[in-house]
Amino acid sequence: MNGYLSIRNLTVRLKGGGTILRDVSLNVAAGQVHGLMGESGAGKSMIGKAVLGTLPRALDITSGQIWLDGVDLQTLPPAERRNRIGALAALIPQDPLTALNPSRRIGPQITRRLVDILGWKRQDAAKRALELLNEVHIPDAPRVMRSYPHELSGGMRQRILIASAFAAEPKLIIADEPTTALDVTVQKQILHLISEMQARHDTALLFVTHDLGVMSKVCDTLSVLYAGKVVEEANMPRFFMRPIHPYSAALLAATPTYTDPTSSLTPVPQTVVDQVEREVMEHDLRTAS
Amino acid sequence: MTLLRIILIRLLTTAITLFGVAIIVFVVIRVVPGNPIAMMLPPGATDADIARLQAQYGFDKSIFQQFVIWLGNVTQGDFGTSISLRQPVSDLVLGRLPATLELSIIALTIAVIIGGTMALLGTRFRDTKGEAAVDVSAGMALSIPDFLWGLVLILLFGVFWPIFHISGRVSPSINIDFTTNFFLFEALMRLRFDVIADLIGHMFMPALALAIPLAAIIAQLLKQSLKETMHLDYVTLARTKGYGENHVIAREALPNAILPTLTLVGVQFTFLIGGTVIIERLFSYEGLGNMAIDAVINRDLPLIQGIVILFALLFTIVNLVVDMLYVVLNPKLRHA
Ligand SMILES: Nc1ncnc2c1ncn2[C@@H]1O[C@H](COP(=O)(O)OP(=O)(O)O)[C@@H](O)[C@H]1O
Ligand SMILES: [Mg+2]
Repeated sequence: MNGYLSIRNLTVRLKGGGTILRDVSLNVAAGQVHGLMGESGAGKSMIGKAVLGTLPRALDITSGQIWLDGVDLQTLPPAERRNRIGALAALIPQDPLTALNPSRRIGPQITRRLVDILGWKRQDAAKRALELLNEVHIPDAPRVMRSYPHELSGGMRQRILIASAFAAEPKLIIADEPTTALDVTVQKQILHLISEMQARHDTALLFVTHDLGVMSKVCDTLSVLYAGKVVEEANMPRFFMRPIHPYSAALLAATPTYTDPTSSLTPVPQTVVDQVEREVMEHDLRTAS
Repeated sequence: MTLLRIILIRLLTTAITLFGVAIIVFVVIRVVPGNPIAMMLPPGATDADIARLQAQYGFDKSIFQQFVIWLGNVTQGDFGTSISLRQPVSDLVLGRLPATLELSIIALTIAVIIGGTMALLGTRFRDTKGEAAVDVSAGMALSIPDFLWGLVLILLFGVFWPIFHISGRVSPSINIDFTTNFFLFEALMRLRFDVIADLIGHMFMPALALAIPLAAIIAQLLKQSLKETMHLDYVTLARTKGYGENHVIAREALPNAILPTLTLVGVQFTFLIGGTVIIERLFSYEGLGNMAIDAVINRDLPLIQGIVILFALLFTIVNLVVDMLYVVLNPKLRHA
């Protein structure tokens, strides 16, 4: 059960009390796609931030380990941890409109970390950036390299952020709802692009979404999160055939099937919500004593 | 909004502003009590003498007529003759302008360096005692006006620990023939380090007194802006790439955080220039402000008018430069 990324019993709390992540464990195997599913506010983004070392200052990791490439990140001194994360992992952010620095041209935003952190030669980094932009199907890459973010569309910017994420050949990519901020028309292209890049570069991918339909197409395994607690971890075929937790089953039932476009969304039944809420409470009582 | 449009609009508003300023000054200084002629009369002057002088300076005409005549002369570059100094106003004013410009620019430089450093340190150590220290010192700096800082500095560096000159612009012992009145600039160009040291020795205290309040404002505004920027997604993304705190603050956040503070700092800089009037007096620094006070004491109407118009022009130029900087530094406007 040792993934390339292995989160073990991770608990994250607000500094003033209040639990954000409850004893979370999950594994992302090398080269595999692991889905992270849960309604908004469940703590999906905080898992990604905990791994990448960008948790808000108000939050603390109070227990648990985060193993990346066989090393427990929590045991490293800050600078070393940062370098290691920077070299091995990368983020595809949720909102491409805010994730690029508005006062810097696109080219440097892709190449700078290669030069600054990984010690590449400037020309090599520029060449690599051009290759990457071609790889994510951006026409007229040299011109785009000289553009500022505001001159480009949302879809274009997300392609650039994807290219940038793959620039240093990371072994793990965390994609945090990478299409929710985009037009429906480009969502599919971007999803397809991420899958394509993941397969070609053979990276592990932690894919955060609250869209089961998307997940069914992209992921090998998944975790279902509710109120910062993993309620089910499964591989995709098993999950779709026999979800174990009632909450998972309710999510599946709530998702319109692709074979039947007329089926409507059904909400998660109150009894199921009550049950998970009870489980979360019991968990808190157990850990508090 | 292109640079050219900004400049054109600004030229137009500048002309209107200056016209308004001219009217106000012209009327106000003629309405307040105090007769300029009385100040220059020899003892025992007769009524006829007074009338002759009144006519010579045009004070026997109505304010409206005086204004029209003055405006007509101004359009030909003639700002009249100083009553107390008996020299052309334009010569006097332009002769003093370089001293005030140099003082203001040195003060601005000091303010940006001190304020910028405080903002960066406050952001680096945000939510700790370090940030609290920045807040407290900025608050203290702001609660004391510039001329009181001037007095404090005179006590500190002029009396207790006399390392700076407390009055004047340049020591009489300095042996140099300046070809312009931009003493500091000229000394820099000619690499006369002895002269530079002497000028800075005179300028340091008045410039610092002017700079302290502005530095505090820069520290507060820029720190606030930096802290807000630090939460933005592109800063977080830079962190995931392996960049440390210092780099993230200086390279990712700073260039974007400067923009919203720039306009306010521009406005504050015009206040700093206004502050030179009292500070120059305090340090007997031979600039425009010092001359302005003498002009008011002597009811030297032509000179007062000239100085006020020049200050107004200076303020609009500062605002224009700020607007242009805003466009140049903001890629969204630069290519629009
Ligand atoms: N900066 C913060 N300070 C305190 N609580 C936060 C902060 N950011 C997020 N949270 C809380 O953490 C929980 C999980 O948030 P998040 O991981 O963003 O949810 P999501 O699953 O939608 O990505 C939410 O309840 C949210 O209120
Ligand atoms: Mg989220």
